[in-house]
Amino acid sequence: MKELRLMKGNEAFAEAAIRAGADGYFGYPITPQSEVMEYLMAEKPEERTGMIVLQAESEIAAINMVYGGAACGKRVLTSSSSPGVSLKQEGISYIAGAELPCVILNVARGGPGLGTIQPAQSDYFQSTKGGGHGDYKMLVLAPSSVQEMADFAGLGFELAFKYRNPVLILSDGAIGQMMEKVELDEQRPRFTDEEIKNNTPWATTGKTKDRERNIITSLDLDSYKQELHNLDLQAKYREMEKNETRYEAISCDDAEYLIVAYGTSARLSQKAVDLLRAEGIKVGLLRPITLFPFPTAVIAKLADQVKGILTVEMSAGQMIEDVRLAVGCRVKVEHFGRMGGIIPSPTEIVDAMHKKIIGG
Amino acid sequence: MTEEIIIAGFGGQGVLSMGKILAYSGVMENKEVSWMPSYGPEMRGGTANVIVIISDERISSPIVNSFDTAIILNQQSMDKFEKTVKPGGILIYDPNGITRHPGRKDINIYTIEAADEASKVGLSKVFNMVVLGGYLKLKPIVQPEYIRKGLEKSLPKRHHGMIPENEKAIDKGKEIIKAVHLLN
Repeated sequence: MKELRLMKGNEAFAEAAIRAGADGYFGYPITPQSEVMEYLMAEKPEERTGMIVLQAESEIAAINMVYGGAACGKRVLTSSSSPGVSLKQEGISYIAGAELPCVILNVARGGPGLGTIQPAQSDYFQSTKGGGHGDYKMLVLAPSSVQEMADFAGLGFELAFKYRNPVLILSDGAIGQMMEKVELDEQRPRFTDEEIKNNTPWATTGKTKDRERNIITSLDLDSYKQELHNLDLQAKYREMEKNETRYEAISCDDAEYLIVAYGTSARLSQKAVDLLRAEGIKVGLLRPITLFPFPTAVIAKLADQVKGILTVEMSAGQMIEDVRLAVGCRVKVEHFGRMGGIIPSPTEIVDAMHKKIIGG
Repeated sequence: MTEEIIIAGFGGQGVLSMGKILAYSGVMENKEVSWMPSYGPEMRGGTANVIVIISDERISSPIVNSFDTAIILNQQSMDKFEKTVKPGGILIYDPNGITRHPGRKDINIYTIEAADEASKVGLSKVFNMVVLGGYLKLKPIVQPEYIRKGLEKSLPKRHHGMIPENEKAIDKGKEIIKAVHLLN
């Protein structure tokens, strides 16, 4: 039986993480995601499931606690908002290099620098193109509702362990702060030590006589071995592209124009699609759910069908680069967005569609 | 049915919790709901607002820029949100502290002297419920039994003793809301 509640996105994520059988959360407060740790502290999951919740001394400490927990095969997570996620980048690169599974939530706010506490989507490049150093990829999920904030906690762990890779959930202040109805899964028991040994034979769970030592590191000074490791990582990323691309296509079947938008922008754009259709203009919405892997193939296919594409992002235009890569020069691709924590209204999107795509 | 509402006033007037009770009542009645608060610097400066949407259908955008109903509880919010009411829509305000009254002719305007009335009958703590009562008289989008369930869900258990007082305040609001400009 699923349980129905009215919750903030941040709270729904926190509750869902407990229910997904998480072993530990390590974080440091920052608006607009502080409710994640607040909720966990108030809920005391230690008493419910034995899950540890710890406020670290800094974001850097928190991500390295995640590294340690993940190395032991535990289901561990952290959360922060843009400036805090910047601080975590070194640790994320190490986790990707050491091939450790974990879930990281970014409830993004406007930047650069300390920026503002209001919602933004200007961390797309950081999330999908590296952020930290080295050739690595995170699997990036972009929720556009409170329900997905809850669902992606469990899905995040599933994918992280499937690929031994960090999973980033790229949300924003609007989805973190708003309340919607959410259906919560039942409590999934945490894995026992025995189960962890069986499920994650690579983890540092204590050497037994019948096997070699497990070593978790991102360091290999032998360049030939380091290159082989990189080739393995790249093969894994191609595998993710093959298996894990997720998107939602709304009103795309008969669309003559297309909006591509994720997260909060996708919600605003959905209303814009309704308004444009009421004017008799056939517009569809393609919502990437995974930002890496990006739904390149479906966008390339829609480019053959539509006369123009508008990307809507709360940034100066970052995802538009991936849309243009998918589309090539076949149709016009333009960007509309607001920055600095301003949320565009659906009618602004309608106007942009008219000015930049239909009339342009 | 889709009702898009903005509730705006000072922090501490119970703007966000009024929205929450309304949203929870909608959930209890099995409707789709969203509750989008202002959480930014304006909130820290003393004003607070929340967009509540209640609908029979899936809600596309939780953020909209025009509203079926605006409930306005201070002058800054009047300046900001009077113009966002859809033509034919409703504006409800407490005239207490308002220096520039709304002047639009294409919407229905009501006053509710909730602050005065609440303090008169010793219900200052549930001032926001007086306002909610006035709104529900005009737009009974959720049934009274679900409002009670909404109160139970959104108030912490230790405050459940105050539910009868909240219900009394809602009834008071229904009594005292007054039309000042009506469309034909």
